[in-house]
Amino acid sequence: MRSRVPWLLVVPAVLGMAFLVLPLAGLLVRAPWSTLPQRLSEPQVLEALRLSLVTASVATAVCLVLGVPLAWLLARTDFPGRRLLRALVTVPLVLPPVVGGVALLLVLGRRGLVGQWLESAFGFSLPFTTAGVVVAEAFVAMPFLVIAVEGALRAADVRYEEAAATLGASRFTVFRRVTLPLVAPGVLAGAVLCWARALGEFGATITFAGNFPGRTQTMPLAVYLALETEPEAAIVLSLVLLAVSVLILVALRDRWVGAAA
Amino acid sequence: MLKRLSLVAAITSVFVLAACGSSSAVPAETELTVFAAASLTGTFTELGKQFEAAHPGTKVTFNFGSSATLAQQITQGAPADVFAAASPATMKTVADAGLAGTQTVFVKNKLEIAVPPDNPAKVENLKDLTDPKVKVALCAAQVPCGAAAVRALGAAGIEVTPVTLEQDVKATLTKVELGEVDAALVYRTDVIASAGKVSGIPFPEADQAVNDYPIATLKDASPLAQQFVDLVLSPQGEDVLTKAGFEAP
Repeated sequence: MRSRVPWLLVVPAVLGMAFLVLPLAGLLVRAPWSTLPQRLSEPQVLEALRLSLVTASVATAVCLVLGVPLAWLLARTDFPGRRLLRALVTVPLVLPPVVGGVALLLVLGRRGLVGQWLESAFGFSLPFTTAGVVVAEAFVAMPFLVIAVEGALRAADVRYEEAAATLGASRFTVFRRVTLPLVAPGVLAGAVLCWARALGEFGATITFAGNFPGRTQTMPLAVYLALETEPEAAIVLSLVLLAVSVLILVALRDRWVGAAA
Repeated sequence: MLKRLSLVAAITSVFVLAACGSSSAVPAETELTVFAAASLTGTFTELGKQFEAAHPGTKVTFNFGSSATLAQQITQGAPADVFAAASPATMKTVADAGLAGTQTVFVKNKLEIAVPPDNPAKVENLKDLTDPKVKVALCAAQVPCGAAAVRALGAAGIEVTPVTLEQDVKATLTKVELGEVDAALVYRTDVIASAGKVSGIPFPEADQAVNDYPIATLKDASPLAQQFVDLVLSPQGEDVLTKAGFEAP
């Protein structure tokens, strides 16, 4: 009995896999393979790819610096309104990214609540800059990191931290020497999710940072505009983005698994 | 258990009632599906209402979007009776696939310089856009409003370095409305539709970058399709369109 395959699980699982994989197969089938090398050597493609990789990585770094402490605050401390704060942190998950972009403009734009002050004090405004791309991506991607790290923190055994504390370690030392190594896999998983989300970010980026080749035009933006006139070019660009991200994720995974073993 | 049963009964009766309602109130409703450029949203919605009033029992459904996207949806088999495009190029995509009937240009649309109402950069003409201190938004060259902008700037012999190339004309307009840019090139109809949130400055070179809007019935369209096209081409239709800032062809 035990070894029999439960069809109730296998059938939906296979359907689910087909649902996720078939569109990808569609891209591969329709890709204009003969013109692929020529399209790949176009400087605009490489520029957009470089910009995508740089901004997604910087955005992930920003998310790590701000998001891990935020996750710790949500998981390890108790203060009034903590549950509300936790719900608010996940807002970018449900907010349509285009609306997120408009919200960022209303706060950080040239006439925004904070942005107008930035403009008058430093003569600096975020929209239409590469820094603006990083801000938009970090805004959309950070909840993925916070949720992953918070989950890891809640699952971690608090007794190790308590033992360290009874031995005289300060709260920050406990965080740095005990908590962080304990939840490292969760942090890495969160960072990967965060990076992938930032890499594919479209709506908030084009709304907040605009679209200008070499400065704010990331791969998803290039794909969208190529779709208007040259669907084949859009397929090529999508495949490039897919291939590069899969390569990087596989390479990183091997390294982590190797380090852990 | 009883509670749950009564809930099920209540839900069922709602569905039954709804089904009865729809079948008795509107007998044999015919539907007409119109794919139209995003810039036609206001005017075509109004014309759709007029059409429904003149043809009781008919429901006009619109799919508004970027003309290029709509053209692709049609060639991929989306069910549509009428296509109204913002450029002859996008209509050509559909015609080349053998899906479009006779094409007629029904309106023209011209570019204007859109500036925030307080015009912070004191933009007065197209030349002012070349000032590096003036932040300019243009549509990307891949979409009709961007192609028109390229033609207009070319006709004027002016080179503008925009801070952004937006994905459609509404996004370009939003950047002006929020004051993030000092000026943008958008259609006259968009300036009028913004109802005072931006001011428009006409410029002479716009005459060399006029966008023609073609309309056509599509293959296997409902017989009502031609009547809808006739309404758009009628004086009544022209009245609605010119009020919104379009020009008669």
